[in-house]
Amino acid sequence: MRRDDGRMVDSASRTASFGAPEADAQGAPNNSDDVTQPYTRPDADGQTQPSGWASRLEALGVPVTRGPAGGGPLRREIDGSVLGGVAAGLAKRTGFNVGLIRAGIVIAALVTTGFGAAVYVVAWLLMPAAGAESSIGARALRDKRGLGLAAGVTSIVLLALLIASALNAPWITSLAVPLIVSGIGLALVFRNAPQEELDVLRGLTDPVARAGPSTRKRRVLRMLLALGLLVLGLVALLGINPTAGELLRPLGGVLLLVGAVATALGPWWMRIVRDERAERQARIRAEERAEIATRVHDSVLQTLALIQRRAGDPHQVVQLARAQERELRSWLFDSRPPGSMDGKADTVADAVRLIQQDVEANHGMPVDAVTVGNCELDDDLTAMMDAAREATINAAKWSGADVVSLFAEVEPESVALFIRDRGRGFDPAAVPPDRKGLAESIQARMARRGGSVTVRSAPGDGTEIGLTMPRSAADRQPRRSG
Amino acid sequence: MNPGGTSAGHLRPRVFLVDDHGMFRSGVRSELAGEVEIVGEAADVAPAITQIADSAPDVVLLDVHLPGGGGQDVVTAVKNDHPGVKFLALSASDAPEDVIAVIRAGARGYVTKTISGTELVDAIHRVAAGDAVFSPRLAGFVLDAFATGTAPDVDRPSFDPELDQLTAREREVLRLIARGYTYREVAKELFISVKTVESHVSSVLRKLQLSTRHQLTRWAAERRLT
Repeated sequence: MRRDDGRMVDSASRTASFGAPEADAQGAPNNSDDVTQPYTRPDADGQTQPSGWASRLEALGVPVTRGPAGGGPLRREIDGSVLGGVAAGLAKRTGFNVGLIRAGIVIAALVTTGFGAAVYVVAWLLMPAAGAESSIGARALRDKRGLGLAAGVTSIVLLALLIASALNAPWITSLAVPLIVSGIGLALVFRNAPQEELDVLRGLTDPVARAGPSTRKRRVLRMLLALGLLVLGLVALLGINPTAGELLRPLGGVLLLVGAVATALGPWWMRIVRDERAERQARIRAEERAEIATRVHDSVLQTLALIQRRAGDPHQVVQLARAQERELRSWLFDSRPPGSMDGKADTVADAVRLIQQDVEANHGMPVDAVTVGNCELDDDLTAMMDAAREATINAAKWSGADVVSLFAEVEPESVALFIRDRGRGFDPAAVPPDRKGLAESIQARMARRGGSVTVRSAPGDGTEIGLTMPRSAADRQPRRSG
Repeated sequence: MNPGGTSAGHLRPRVFLVDDHGMFRSGVRSELAGEVEIVGEAADVAPAITQIADSAPDVVLLDVHLPGGGGQDVVTAVKNDHPGVKFLALSASDAPEDVIAVIRAGARGYVTKTISGTELVDAIHRVAAGDAVFSPRLAGFVLDAFATGTAPDVDRPSFDPELDQLTAREREVLRLIARGYTYREVAKELFISVKTVESHVSSVLRKLQLSTRHQLTRWAAERRLT
């Protein structure tokens, strides 16, 4: 059955992807309920009209359709998804409202005593995410450890079901198949899903985990939650089976059996857990190593190269060495890593300092940075800082000035940032269209986030780029990729 | 910049250097050669105080950090007996509390050690003429310390709007200085004369020195940079 599903999805993607393969890739980060999707079939009109029951629902005020039916392949939509994005993908494909489809899935899961949930998990495995090459399931088939983990999970679920059947709780045993399928599926999803999907899931679990600021508090909270669930389960069991004698009699035998199975399978389970942990640690180590290599390349090696090239200018060499020293110190002792803004700076002042260090180290240009006020960086302000970094690097590369001034001011309603040099300047109207630096990296980046850019420059008269980003924009706009 | 433009008669100001780095002193000496008259130099607080009293310079270029104490100790010790001596603070560290301390002790301005030779000469002339010299960074500090958003000590009994608040125009001037504009460029941008810019900056300096605003000290302590 699963294979059939897979083939169906495959053929769907094959027949539909002729439409707009590029639009597919670009459509991925958009919200699923974005009405201005690039997909519109020639006969889109007929598709968007709600018919029969749908129109009746609409008359009752239930929004059934939210936009044209997508003619694209059936893909999971990660953006705007609650779990795996299956519902969002279906919504985009069929044109029905996401909420309605979600409600349908939940109802189906309840009515079929869990089979619906299992089908959802299978769909999660088999439907490729929008913009992704292959499905999670395809990747999972090559993941031997993941399959081992799935087998481990299955054996534990089977054991739990055995206990449950001994306790005479048929309503649990009736969930056997969906539970096993979901268990296997989720184990494979968690091992093979790409990072951004796991981030979505983390967004779901974080509100619980984030309740306590410290990790220790978090752990205690999680334990309390688990205990609470256990107690609830026991209460529910006893509620169904109030006579304790009946409950205990089969339990003895079952406990023996469970003990035997646990003794037999225990080492295997332990090995799965150990392997899993070892693999995760190895992956973390490899990531750290790669990150350190990148940092050392971007900072120390770059500076050493610059020093070799400027060996004749002791002033420059000292400046380079000092900037590099400052950067290394703040990396080693304040764990403030050099390089890009994303996730490395928490506040506007931090980001400005990063830009200063980066440009001084990598471009040998002194940056006079002044920050007035401060605030946390959100997505919009991070984009603004990336634009500011681009503008500063531009000034360092092209202006020929001795120093670049960087001024950031955080005001209650907005953040303003000015990048100024007294270099050779240029005619903003005469920039050739193929020079994308200013247009793409700065102006487009700011415009996407609701910010604005002013460019003041004239040949021989220096350049000043002014960036302004409204601060409340982050609250007004939904999350967008940019 | 044209150094003679604003120097009010001090064609060759007499300058005294206080800095504990001999390398830096000789560097400044060679950069200023011909533009100003260097009348002496000292490497620490105590010798600086006695030698400044002896040589009576127009301007003292004063490092904020000295082995025997802060630059403000030199200003405090000299200014009562020699009110004609003006101080221009120089620093590489930019720690706000040090800079604010030396300004509040009586220095007429503050520039970073990375300043270019011609700009330094310009700043010395300006200070010698009795004007204030703000580096972009000092302008930023002041904007931060006098930020409108953190003004609620208006209720304080000693609150003096004359001293504890910046005018809108002063704020504009400081903002442009923080953006790296020279006084002349500020004047052009705001359609006012350079003299008016200078008087705005002097007025800000006076507020910085005399204001008892809580934020000033609290802010400097909070923003202790390394």
